[in-house]
Amino acid sequence: MIEVIYILWLRQLKHYWRSKARLLGSLGQPILFMVAFGFGFGPMYTRASGGENYMDFLAPGIVSMAILFTAVFSGIEVIWDRQFGFLKETFVAPISRKEIMIGKALGGATIAMIQGLIVLGMTYILNFRIQSAGNLLLGLLFMFLIALFFTGMGLTIASMMDDMQGFQLIMNFLIMPIFFLSGALFPLENLPPSIYFISRINPLTYGVDGLRGALSGMSTFGIYNDLAVIVALSFLICTAGTILFSRVEA
Amino acid sequence: MQNILSVRHLTKKFDNFMAVDNISFDVETGSIFAFLGPNGAGKSTTIKMLTTVLKPTSGEIRINGFDALREQDKARSSFGIVFQDQSLDDELTAYENMVYHSVVYKVPKKEREERIQKALEIVGLWNRRGNLVKKYSGGMKRRLEIARALVHYPKILFLDEPTVGLDPQTRNSIWNHIKRLNKERGMTIFLTTHYMDEAEEMADKIAVIDHGKIIESGTLEEIKKNTSTESLEQAFLKLTGKGIRDENTEGEHKMKFMRGIGRGRRS
Repeated sequence: MIEVIYILWLRQLKHYWRSKARLLGSLGQPILFMVAFGFGFGPMYTRASGGENYMDFLAPGIVSMAILFTAVFSGIEVIWDRQFGFLKETFVAPISRKEIMIGKALGGATIAMIQGLIVLGMTYILNFRIQSAGNLLLGLLFMFLIALFFTGMGLTIASMMDDMQGFQLIMNFLIMPIFFLSGALFPLENLPPSIYFISRINPLTYGVDGLRGALSGMSTFGIYNDLAVIVALSFLICTAGTILFSRVEA
Repeated sequence: MQNILSVRHLTKKFDNFMAVDNISFDVETGSIFAFLGPNGAGKSTTIKMLTTVLKPTSGEIRINGFDALREQDKARSSFGIVFQDQSLDDELTAYENMVYHSVVYKVPKKEREERIQKALEIVGLWNRRGNLVKKYSGGMKRRLEIARALVHYPKILFLDEPTVGLDPQTRNSIWNHIKRLNKERGMTIFLTTHYMDEAEEMADKIAVIDHGKIIESGTLEEIKKNTSTESLEQAFLKLTGKGIRDENTEGEHKMKFMRGIGRGRRS
């Protein structure tokens, strides 16, 4: 079982490593957001908050963003496997759908995690500092959980999709709202009730809040509440994904 | 002689379309069995069910003594398959594709290297093992798929139109490999093809399917006698008519089937 999961994981990492264009391409967006928002809104934020540094607020949000997009995409990628026929090879093998789901989820999560780490490294250049090694460790845990949850979500979505045609729809009506209404870019206070409600049922809100709590020491809900929510959600989505996945016929 | 594959009352219904309609047949251990039929007759649907990719509406399948519906993993370990469409990972090398396969089929670690080498040598790809599959030609990909299907020592090998779109040289070499596997290892071969000459030359037993039903089966001689024709080609045309089949029938219900997958339910 372990070896099967390992080989599925390894395959995804090889794909990631061999496609340098994708590796670099998916770093473009977070960097752009970091620079544009960081310099654009930084002074405003400092004035409005009474002297706080926007980078401390923004950096964990941008790291979450990099993880979110890479993770969802890694999950949805399984559709390519189906279109190019490789999924059949995996599905006729004497292994369970649970093993396939775990291997794919861990593979995608690892890639998203690496992508997040690269972005975290770049925030250093923009003067973002983490207080202690303990904070960093806790931050890494949150990064991994965010990665796992959204890879699981990508896989779950993929098991319900025919082809990449629906990808834009998912991107614009699900992933972008999840990103913008997660508190990654701006504080989720004083919002209209409907938006406030959406932000509170948004899984990424808890991921971002926890990561910000860990890395910058700013948290709205408390780190351990965030941790509990994101662990529970990751478990739920992977279970749901496995069930849906087991119904997919190659 | 024992039967490695036995199928009873196998049926598959897509919405209102009977793709496979109550078919039963047996394949003897060590034989070469050709499963023929015009486009849209139900060949691929049958192969999909035999290889556990698609769930039958009803019926029973036993592979190597295992119930393909209840003892799925044991049945899966017993067969190898070369699908009609490509099923390789283009972004991996040939060798990596082989390793992936031997891990998911639980080939013992100690034997892996040797088995992979042997399988690749059989199809003449050992020297090209380090190339990415996307650099391979169509014929090389086919040969790699055959080699891959051999790594876990299947008792029966399913070949769904393995030579479609290949030049005569490659076709010839592929059939030679397959014949050798059959002779030397006693591996049962279950194949579909549209080339009647290939079936005529290869098969011990032949079954012809049309509109989801088996309309004729037996040895080549029996089929020629029953239809009072001179060749398999003539017999085939006599049995299935000369009208050109709507290529789309298969495509259409395939699409329906794909859409069914999309919603995550069985069609």
